[in-house]
Order: sequence, then structure tokens, then C-alpha cells
Amino acid sequence: MSLAHRIIPCLDTDGARVVKGVNFVGLRDAGDPVALASRYNKEGADELVVLDIAASRDRRPTFLETIRRVAAELSIPLTAGGGIRTLEDGRAVVRAGADKVTVNTAAVERPKLISELSREFGAQAVVLAIDAKRSGGHWDVMVRGGRESANRDAIEWAKSGVAFGAGEILLTSVDRDGTQAGFDTELTAAISKAVSVPVIASGGAKLPEHFVQIFKEGDADAALAASIFHDGAQPIRTLKEFLAAKSVEVRLPC
Amino acid sequence: MKVTIIDYGAGNVPSVERALHRLGAVTQRTNSPDEIVNAEALLLPGVGHYAALVRALDEQYMREPLIAAIHGGVPFLGICLGLQVLFESSAESPQLRGLSLLPGKVCALPSTVKLPHMGWNQLLANRESPLLAGIPSNAYFYFAHSFAAPESNGTTTATCFHGAPFAAIVENHNIYGVQFHPEKSGDSGARLLQNFLRIAA
Repeated sequence: MSLAHRIIPCLDTDGARVVKGVNFVGLRDAGDPVALASRYNKEGADELVVLDIAASRDRRPTFLETIRRVAAELSIPLTAGGGIRTLEDGRAVVRAGADKVTVNTAAVERPKLISELSREFGAQAVVLAIDAKRSGGHWDVMVRGGRESANRDAIEWAKSGVAFGAGEILLTSVDRDGTQAGFDTELTAAISKAVSVPVIASGGAKLPEHFVQIFKEGDADAALAASIFHDGAQPIRTLKEFLAAKSVEVRLPC
Repeated sequence: MKVTIIDYGAGNVPSVERALHRLGAVTQRTNSPDEIVNAEALLLPGVGHYAALVRALDEQYMREPLIAAIHGGVPFLGICLGLQVLFESSAESPQLRGLSLLPGKVCALPSTVKLPHMGWNQLLANRESPLLAGIPSNAYFYFAHSFAAPESNGTTTATCFHGAPFAAIVENHNIYGVQFHPEKSGDSGARLLQNFLRIAA
């Protein structure tokens, strides 16, 4: 009896539709977020993440409506984010039905945003998303959708984010994202070891073996993926059965 | 029967409502002392900081009516912080008083494990619990917390373990509390809420 490793599908949206891209560029349509959310809820996903990767001000009401419609389908936790710049932005996604808020670029620029959200909603509701890219002997924090370097060390930023009040780290390897070459176990293990909060690994998943690896060698508490779930290439139930057979503790749906 | 959900401003009220509505339950949200006193069944959801819940109960004059209703036998279900506030106090805000309906103090989980205790975990039933009726013993429930009530409070019917054992379910007459979030716990959570509705009916 112990905490199960979580499998988390991620819906990257343009506000209204799920989109798909490689290394954060070249987006194409991948479906209706509400239909996908409903499917994942039934298939045994442990949580769901919905991101607004366009994050433009004028499309915010559309994204909030998407959160509302997705939340109505779920009996599992929902994390939402993308373009969260203020406490008020965070309140809006929580009011729309998200259990947790994820922050990224704005938190790098103004880390107090993490404290503000954490004070209002509790640390368990604040997920610090870190996009990390290898740069020589360390990992650099990337911002603005993985395009720009923040000139900060990812491990130091993760520790600092937790000190500001983040209750979880959503760690994306920019090098691996979209490549389907497997999670970055080295990066994930380094961050997981450095912080006291759970770490969600993201970027690069394709095969069930990749998930075994990230849990066993990468010390991840949860693993997130998008396209391999959306296109049906990797049913969640089959993935969990595979993990259970490899002695990775997972919650098998009834 | 109508379930009165105490709305002190916590984020998870809508998801609790949705989960109950899926089961066909009728609910009302309230922060009115009168509606609490006259409730048929009470549900106190809570996420976030212990202090926010306790302060809201006091500032909105809900503490006394809530205690009166529970003493009067109204079935009560506390979720997460709604379980923690049943005890005398919490290490999260030691200067504040809980409802003291159950003996003991809420403590921090050990820092030897990752905190918050976040995700799906299993329970160990200590004795038969009507809340767990019909739920497989290996079922998982969704937790998201860093503080917990000690399992040795005399009312724990199911224990969970994260670094240390703690009370996952407490039951004492008409008082029920769950540390996890049944409204986020898929089919097992729905079944547990249905069990509460049956108990309260």
C-alpha cells in the first residue's frame, strides 16, 4: 500500500481546440477537449491537464469556457494553465473548475505570483511548470513556450519555486518534447532529488517502457503525455497494465 | 432529502456539487447560520489553508450553528479540511481552535516523504465502515494534503500511510470525515458519496 504513480494526459489547446506540435512549433488540430476529457476520465487517467498554449488575452473567455466544459466531464482532478500572469487569472481558472493552477513564464518573471496563489488556494493547488533545456553541464529554464532562455538553472529555480509555495513541479524536457525518444530521466531524477514536492515528468513519451523508466530511474511521481494518448496509439488502461506487470504501482481502473 | 453544502469560499464546492448531482442528490450551498441549523444533512468541503476555513466559520457565525446541528444528530460529512476541522486544533495554525467534536490534534505529515501527499492511495480498514460499503478493499482515493489527523484518535475507521499512518476516514455516530477527495476519486469516490447519501436519508 503506497502512493500510486500517476498517468496524466495533457490537452494542449488554442483555447478551444486541442492542438499538437513538435518542439512547441508546427501546430495542428487534434480534437475536441471535452470529448477527450470524457474518454480519459473513463479510461483510468489519474488527472488531466488542460493548457492554453496560445494564451492570448482576447481568447481567455473561450479557454475558461473550455475549462468549465471539461471539468463537468471529470471525476478526477483537473489542472489548468497557460498564460496565468496574476492572482486574478488564477482565480478565474479555479472558479471555472480547475483544482490546480499551473504557472510558468510569469512566475519566472515574478516569483511572488507563486506565493500569492499558494496563500489563496494552498500549495497543493499550485503547480510550477518548468521547461528545461540542456545547456552544457546543466539545464536552463526556458520561457515563452520554450523559445527563450531565462538564463536560470532549472534545479535552482525548482528549489526556489517550492520555497515560494509551489506544491508540485511539472517538468518538461524541451529537448525531448515531441521527439518520442523517451522522457529525460537524468533531468527528472536531478529535479526530483532536489525538491520536497512531487514531480510530474513530461516530454518525449512514446513507448510503455519509457514510463517504466521515468518512474524507476527518473524518480518521477507522475508522468504526462499528450499526442500518444490523443491518437489512441497508447490506451491508458493498457499502459497501466504494462506498468503493473513491471512492478510499478499504479491505480488500475475497475 | 437535501444536502446542505457549507460554502465558506473554498474552491472545491462546485466539484462536490457536480459529484452529488450525478448521484441524483439535491443540494444547496449556504453560509447562513439558519440554514445550517435547519439542515437535513451537512457537507463541509475544504481545500487550502486550515486558517481560512476556521476564520470563515467564525467570521460568518457558522461555528455555533454547525456544532449545534451536529450535536442534534444531523448527518455530517467533512472532506479534507472538513475532516481536519473536526479535531481540537491543527499544527498548520496552532493558535486557532477547531470544532473539538473529535479528540486529538491535526499534525504535519513527516518531511521524510514528498509533500503534499498528492495522488491516489489505498486505505486499510480498521473496522467496518458504512462509508466503504460495496467498495473493493484495494480501491484508490485521491489525496492532496500535507497535514492529517492521527490514526489513534479513537474514531478512525480507515487508515492511510504516507511517511506515517494517519486517519483517512473517521466516523463517530452522525459525524463522518474523509481526508481524501471523494469528488475527485472516480467511481470509488462516487460510491462513497452515495453511501453517505444513503446513511443520511
